[in-house]
Amino acid sequence: MYEKDGEKYFVVDSHCHYWDASRENWKPGREEYAKGWIDCFYGYHQLGPPETHWDYEKYLKVSEEDFVRDVFDEGHVDVAIFQSTYLKDWYTDGFNTLERNGSLAEKHPGKLIANGRWDPRDGEKGLEQLEADVERWHLRGVKLYTAEWQDGSRGWKLTDPMSYRYLEKCQQLGIVNQHVHKGPTIWPLNKDAFDVHDIDQVATDFPQLNFIVEHSGIPRIDDFCYIAVQEPNVYAGVSVVIGALMHARPKFFARVMGELLFWVGEDRMTFGGDYNIWTPKWQVEGFVDWQMPDEEAFTDYPRLTTASKKKILGLNAARLYDIPVPAELQLPPAEVAEPERPAEQLIAGS
Amino acid sequence: MTDLLDDVRAALSTVLDPELDEPVTTLGFVRSCTVDDDGVATVTLRLPTFFCAPNFSFLMVADAHEAVSAVPGVTAVRVALLDHHASSEINAGVAAGGGFVSTFEGEAVAELSDLRATFLAKAVVAGQDRVARPLVDQGATPHELARLRLGDVPASADLDRLRSRRRTLGLPADDDAPLLIHPDGSPVSSDQVPLHLRRARLTRVGIETNGEYCRSLLHARYAPTSGAGQSPAVAMAGPAARR
Repeated sequence: MYEKDGEKYFVVDSHCHYWDASRENWKPGREEYAKGWIDCFYGYHQLGPPETHWDYEKYLKVSEEDFVRDVFDEGHVDVAIFQSTYLKDWYTDGFNTLERNGSLAEKHPGKLIANGRWDPRDGEKGLEQLEADVERWHLRGVKLYTAEWQDGSRGWKLTDPMSYRYLEKCQQLGIVNQHVHKGPTIWPLNKDAFDVHDIDQVATDFPQLNFIVEHSGIPRIDDFCYIAVQEPNVYAGVSVVIGALMHARPKFFARVMGELLFWVGEDRMTFGGDYNIWTPKWQVEGFVDWQMPDEEAFTDYPRLTTASKKKILGLNAARLYDIPVPAELQLPPAEVAEPERPAEQLIAGS
Repeated sequence: MTDLLDDVRAALSTVLDPELDEPVTTLGFVRSCTVDDDGVATVTLRLPTFFCAPNFSFLMVADAHEAVSAVPGVTAVRVALLDHHASSEINAGVAAGGGFVSTFEGEAVAELSDLRATFLAKAVVAGQDRVARPLVDQGATPHELARLRLGDVPASADLDRLRSRRRTLGLPADDDAPLLIHPDGSPVSSDQVPLHLRRARLTRVGIETNGEYCRSLLHARYAPTSGAGQSPAVAMAGPAARR
């Protein structure tokens, strides 16, 4: 819980990690990729405020004490959701697996949720594994990384036939939250790997599932927004948007927030601090203090109210995951009125 | 050789990052560029991350090779992409004059002209915001904007850029062509203008934000002060790109 100026914010960090990128875990023969991956993350890390920067060695693998202190004790987070990313092609024990994340989650009941994953290339065996994971870890969500390399393959699409089998299975098993993250590779390589139109199709075909598109579809935020405005079960994860832009590129942060608020709306945006790319403390505090600039260029973007910030920082994700929110941290009924939907009206009128 | 080097640099400034619609030179992607006494041009390129998408990366290397090869006086060209997961495939593929399909055998099923056209089309949408936004700010109505021709718009670098991208795609670009057009080239009617401009701005914000991410990450990767995480070879490479 974060309190500022008499307002109390229930914080759900819906996109965080507990990775092991230590050198011991770099798969023999694949070291350059394991290093390349974490170096890329380290580049993002440096877009946060300088006083939050860590030494590279520490960045490779934080301790449990680091995590608890940075996220819960200092980071204002009430509930954090782990997004598992396996990358076993590069990391011997995986980058951050459900087992690793789940073991930590079990030590902090009620405060940590571990999401699983699936990959259509795992075929029938993967479907069985998904069932076993649900049994063992009671999954409500999964992280889907479409650019993962696996046995010579460099990625997949949500519209692949086998992907539909997994989505059907998720629907049966009650894994309602599908966190989608696009990356730079896919098959075939000549296509745009970041393209988000497959999300449009599966969101239509699986209306009972929620598709939380992490990083708000960046670098395809334009296509993402236009899909989200038309698909009520598509959400914008604002992970990386806050972390990489709020401090480093404030004007661009304002523009991106303005577009998201206009097209997607404050009821379908979820905070993610992306630990340990960054710590949540400065992101939560900075976001609560933030407001759209007064300059001419920003006048026709929606403004953020205290209620909007409460929704984005925690209440929206709490709804997706049925996380109990103390009564004093909920919004009074008057403030949960049906919001305006300017983009939908604009589309309907054209 | 100085003049020839200037010509080579000028040629490189015509090479765009297809996704960002900006020259590789202003993005800082050219790490070095030299021409020896025999007219052999050597160019090294670098990108914001080790995992930048291989298809866009390939296009920049291939386009740089082609642009420099066309400079009179250049006898041979070597272009090398550094510090990238597909450096060796891309550099060898471009040097051999092979296309994308033969460079990534089994992983690609077509050349990259469709990919390039997709992003040029986005640039055309974004460019309409760049040109129209000042007019909107001055109070132009949807009705006026829908009637506006390219020849009516004050001259600007943004207008030249928009015309050039449209020409490449075969879209109307002459003085009597409408400023606001749909992706298929058809004119935007006045009742469609508000949504069209919102989408144009969204597209522009998307492209420009991507550009900022890339600049930030390139800086984090190659700034002299950032220590760990970069390879020793890079750390010793010295000053940034020639601009």
